[in-house]
Amino acid sequence: MLAAAGASHEGRNVGGSALIELLSGNQAFARGAYEAGVTVACGYPGTPSTEILENVVHFKDDIYCEWAPNEKVAFEVGAGAAIAGARTIVTMKHVGLNVAADPLMTLAYTGIKGGFVAIVADDPGMHSSQNEQDTRQYARFAKIPIFEPSDSQEAKDFIRIALEVSERFQIPVIVRSTTRISHSRSLVSLGERTAPPKVGFERDIRRFVPIPAHARAMRIQLEEKLAAMRDAASDAAVVADGSMPSGGNGKQAPGATARANRIEWRDRSLGIIVDGIAYQYVREVWPEASVLKIGWAYPFPDKLLRDFAAGVKRVLVVEELDDFLEEHIKALGIACDGKNVVPNIGELTAPRLEATRAKMEGRQHKAPPPVPQAADLPARPPVLCAGCPHRGVFHALGKYDVVVTGDIGCYSLGTLPPLGRMDTILCMGGGVSMAHGMDKAGEGRKVVGMVGDSTFFHSGITGLLDIAYNKGTSVIIVVDNRTTAMTGHQDHPGTGQTLMGEATFEASIEAIGKACGIQRVHTVNPYEIDNVVKLLGEELEAAEPSLIVSRYPCPLHEKKPVGKTRIVNEDACKKCRLCLKLGCPAMEGSEGQAPHVNETLCAGCSLCQQVCKFGAIAIAEEVSQA
Amino acid sequence: MSTDNGQTTSVVLAGVGGQGILLASEIVARAAMVAGHQVKTNEVHGMAQRGGAVIAQIRYGQEVYSPLVAEGTARVLGALERIEGIRFAHYLAPDGLAVVSSQALIPVTVSSGAATYPIDAEQRVRQVFPRLIYIEAAIVASKLGNIRASNVVILGALSTGLDLPCEAWHEAIAQCVKAQHKDLNLQAFEAGRNQV
Repeated sequence: MLAAAGASHEGRNVGGSALIELLSGNQAFARGAYEAGVTVACGYPGTPSTEILENVVHFKDDIYCEWAPNEKVAFEVGAGAAIAGARTIVTMKHVGLNVAADPLMTLAYTGIKGGFVAIVADDPGMHSSQNEQDTRQYARFAKIPIFEPSDSQEAKDFIRIALEVSERFQIPVIVRSTTRISHSRSLVSLGERTAPPKVGFERDIRRFVPIPAHARAMRIQLEEKLAAMRDAASDAAVVADGSMPSGGNGKQAPGATARANRIEWRDRSLGIIVDGIAYQYVREVWPEASVLKIGWAYPFPDKLLRDFAAGVKRVLVVEELDDFLEEHIKALGIACDGKNVVPNIGELTAPRLEATRAKMEGRQHKAPPPVPQAADLPARPPVLCAGCPHRGVFHALGKYDVVVTGDIGCYSLGTLPPLGRMDTILCMGGGVSMAHGMDKAGEGRKVVGMVGDSTFFHSGITGLLDIAYNKGTSVIIVVDNRTTAMTGHQDHPGTGQTLMGEATFEASIEAIGKACGIQRVHTVNPYEIDNVVKLLGEELEAAEPSLIVSRYPCPLHEKKPVGKTRIVNEDACKKCRLCLKLGCPAMEGSEGQAPHVNETLCAGCSLCQQVCKFGAIAIAEEVSQA
Repeated sequence: MSTDNGQTTSVVLAGVGGQGILLASEIVARAAMVAGHQVKTNEVHGMAQRGGAVIAQIRYGQEVYSPLVAEGTARVLGALERIEGIRFAHYLAPDGLAVVSSQALIPVTVSSGAATYPIDAEQRVRQVFPRLIYIEAAIVASKLGNIRASNVVILGALSTGLDLPCEAWHEAIAQCVKAQHKDLNLQAFEAGRNQV
């Protein structure tokens, strides 16, 4: 049935001709790109967007795909491809779009030739992010369309619709995902691949060179495109009665592929305007209400908003995060409820909207009672894995009175006790530049900037260049575990392998440091604790900037232990608990007892053995042989 | 307005990152799909491998809207670690079935002295869940040859609280695990089912 289904997307024939598969939103985005004839895909990893490209790679015979060093580069690679005529997707998390904002704002002016879709994944509730910015604001800021799927079927379908809109109006388009779209699975009916458009750049400097004389014309054209798209977004609607199937759910209404917005008329006493995943919660909490389901949120579909509001007695706007739709609906002169009853912080859920409904109906909301037996359970936050090479660096930093400006990656987990050795985090690459700023501000202690390998390539290099150029004295530590670990082990310019599995040049962090002008460049094995402590001490004393590369591959990625399993000799143990200060999940301790090594977790990194002052920790098999 | 109104069945799996929650979730979802249901799931990624508390949610039925399980509505709760069962107990419906592994994994907060692991954990589990299967999943799986199959032992016991046919479970396991692990996992499933 399907000529070139990807390895992970083998559809099954369920009740008829349609192939149905259970796909996550991210798998569905990848599938959508494949079916819509995309030939170029690039991005930078970031939860919850990462798995989109990891699934696109299953179609690598048809789609060129790559991890770029950062989102700006990914966006520009995509821009080049689309201007040459290729259908293109770029992927990133919400904060990644900040990095790519520069090309975004001007690509909106120049426009594209082949369809260009940026799939941007927001993280309401901040499951794994430092903020919960609302990407819809970028669409309005850049004056470009944004689409919001409500399940995996729409995740797939909206890629095609977005590409078609992109080509029709010659404009880049955003498809906004969220954690609950990207990481939820639902049934998707699969389709065939459309033949990709022909690639061939045609010189047209009035379109592709925004020198002021051209850009002023582009600026006018952009407003004209916005007006035309506003009408198209209203036209892109299906009007249905209440029996219409919801969302995608694997069964599409005829013709629905071209329609992103939908009115579902039911009881007219309440009409709910809702976008994205919140549609699913609304259908559970208000099954009887009429709904205007927004899939194409910007440019605002004014006609549709007015028609819907005119057809119901009372309007409620339900949207995750900002009052993006609500503000505009009110500006149209339509009275509505919105953020006065719907939370604007954190993600929405059906229970949170039950509270909204109770509030609107003047009822007391009954939340399920808490489980009293759970009140004093120990917290179980994510921690650095057993055997993590970063642990040795944190231990060494604990020996010195320094400020540590940290960065984003697994090593962020070194902030909390017992390691507790990271003092600030701002953004990707910020750990390097902020160290320099604190240093220049006259901070009395020495400042150490800490950054991971992938993050260094992403945006740490420019900060390092600044330190060398402006005669800083910070110590920068690159904790190089040879992978982008936190997002699930993606390759980067230092790993020697591409997303498509080809061997490639390994960029050298040390050589880049030297080329930036750093004279003191050192490499250290983080499991050799005495060496790390000694080297760090020397570099902190130096009156010039220093770059320390702590290098050891992530054992979780390598899928092999660092060394042999350790064991605690209870007779020799003085219960000083020093080994427990390493925060290793394999070292289990409880009050008044000798710590115990969990042998199924221990990766044999030997750090506990090295920090033990009483020789109470040894290699397990050597002890049993003795 | 119940979100598990007899048409939609909700399942919650809880445990510690690295215990195989994502695979277990996939098996439940596939079993429901094989049985002809609409299915939605939600899982926590990113942090899931880093030893944190993790839950996965699966919902199936004729028509499924939210992929998230509302508190107090899950028909079954499967916990691969005993205090994680208690931590996520509020998801279970009042008459729901809990399947809790006797396994105890010590969080770093306890090892570092910042918190204590309750010594009365088993007793608490028995208090919290009126309908309980308390099962030595890790020991059962180890005896079969691999402690990592504990997740499927839990699924076997949990399957007794759901209306999916046994063949659907077997088919789902075959789809989700590597061929060389299929027999072990089928045995683990049956062992869990027979513990009841």
